[in-house]
Amino acid sequence: MKKIQPVIGLEVHVQLNTRSKMFCSCSRDYFNSEPNTKVCPVCLGMPGVLPVINKKAVNLTILTGLAFDCSISPISSFARKNYPYPDLVKGYQISQFEEPLCIGGKISFMLNNEISEVSLERIHLEEDTARLIHNNSTVQDSSLMDINRSGVPLMEVVSDPDMHSADQAIGYLKKLRQTLRYIDVSDADMEKGSFRCDANISVRYEGDKTLGNKVEVKNMNSFRSIHRAIETEIERQSKMLNAGEEIVQETRGFVDAKGITVSQRSKEQAHDYRYFPEPDLPPLFNSDLTISNLKTSLKELPNIKSKRFEKQYGLLSEESELLASTKQTADNFEESVKEYQKLLKNNTEIELAKTVANWYMGDIAKQLNQISPDAELQDTQVSPRHISELLQLIHKKQITVSSAKVVLEKMFNNEGTPSNIVDQEGLGQLNNTDAIIEIILNVIKNNEKAIRDYNSGKTSALGYLVGQVMKETRGRIDANEASQLLIKKISEKK
Amino acid sequence: MALSKQDIEYVAKLARIKLTSKESEELTEQLSVCLDYFEMINAIDTSNIEPTSQANNLVNVTREDVVNENMSVDDVLKNAPEHFEGFIRIPKVID
Repeated sequence: MKKIQPVIGLEVHVQLNTRSKMFCSCSRDYFNSEPNTKVCPVCLGMPGVLPVINKKAVNLTILTGLAFDCSISPISSFARKNYPYPDLVKGYQISQFEEPLCIGGKISFMLNNEISEVSLERIHLEEDTARLIHNNSTVQDSSLMDINRSGVPLMEVVSDPDMHSADQAIGYLKKLRQTLRYIDVSDADMEKGSFRCDANISVRYEGDKTLGNKVEVKNMNSFRSIHRAIETEIERQSKMLNAGEEIVQETRGFVDAKGITVSQRSKEQAHDYRYFPEPDLPPLFNSDLTISNLKTSLKELPNIKSKRFEKQYGLLSEESELLASTKQTADNFEESVKEYQKLLKNNTEIELAKTVANWYMGDIAKQLNQISPDAELQDTQVSPRHISELLQLIHKKQITVSSAKVVLEKMFNNEGTPSNIVDQEGLGQLNNTDAIIEIILNVIKNNEKAIRDYNSGKTSALGYLVGQVMKETRGRIDANEASQLLIKKISEKK
Repeated sequence: MALSKQDIEYVAKLARIKLTSKESEELTEQLSVCLDYFEMINAIDTSNIEPTSQANNLVNVTREDVVNENMSVDDVLKNAPEHFEGFIRIPKVID
């Protein structure tokens, strides 16, 4: 049988981080607002009103284009997209058609240890629609409209049909979301609806030049459901292709609970949007100066930051990628390294960074994960400086690594600074040899069986004995030192 | 005639307007007359003229990203035929 090649293109709608709406001065902060409280005549679509373009929204879109190597159109304009549905109060959506702000470009990311590059068709700017509620139990015969979301700046990122697996699509989306957050264009939160994805999927036999009929799949609200929807749809179409059936070009909705896609709109009702230029909005001329100013303001992007971490701190590429995964994690890590260096001037940056990196990827990540998968130090009372203070205590042998883990947990429970916690809890490292030896002798005395086992060659018994010493000292002694002293004292007793 | 009855029926469908067969025929005739009239514009030679959708030569009319006061919910709902708990209430629509 000939091999089937799936072809995937993605359309992502992103709500922009502005204060006001796209074409009026209403607050765009509709989330958790009472219905119809963030509304004015413009976003209500009253006759005779005049929309005015939000400059910040345009700049954020151009910034996104620059981050993905798009060419920025010197002349860009808006158009009316007409369709009759009550989520559009005007009967049309102001969007862009022939002259989008950004054309071309690409998104690169790692996929199975190789660089994957997906080309973009365009990035354009439009307005979000009103929210409709169809299932209110009191008024079952009605739909309810909340206009608050209508007019929120919405950027649409359209890829070329350039992806061939669900994994690749997810890699693309994660890199897109990460970058949008890095450059503060959007909070890109799928749960809140500020990052929404539709997938265009078709299949063909490998080597075929023409694309198969595409199916647009909607209604996915997590990366997990996108992955599942794409795989499900590829499977459905592949079966049809192999059976010689015709795949109808249509829109299908993903039903998460059942893990299937169902037809939403048939070919006969295919959209005719009758686009025409928006007469109320003069065109945008994007000068070279504007574009180069925006380019200067573009912050260090994730791929570049990760490469810098490898070089500057001598980290492995996986470590760098992890530490640069969000801008906040990256900033916190670097701040801790800087503070740690201030405390320990004689050590090299690479030495210190290695320790800081290990803590950030290990115990700190673990603590943050217990709060939420997206938690950052900023969501806690712990600062990057506190982390370096804790590491300095270990470095100076004032606490052991195992005590430090206890201290860290208490720091996350808001119990104070590292030194305070060490004092309060009496967690200071035992460096007084006489006291340690006394504890060790006690452990030897009280564990005759383990000592016999050890002496008869069962080396695993030593681990148990070290554990007893750690328990007696509440982890306040270095485990290596405890082990060495135990061996020494046991052999003296023989 | 510039328009066929099918054209009228298609446009009516897009606009969600229900027409009787008689109305379709009448409108086909009337709208065709209008379109024929506008056909005159095609006589002008525009081969050397840049297409435009603007007559006022304005560019870059933008506003700063500032929030101003919006309408009160009561005013918003004044124009709604029906409302329910702050929402505008409309006949049930499912896409």
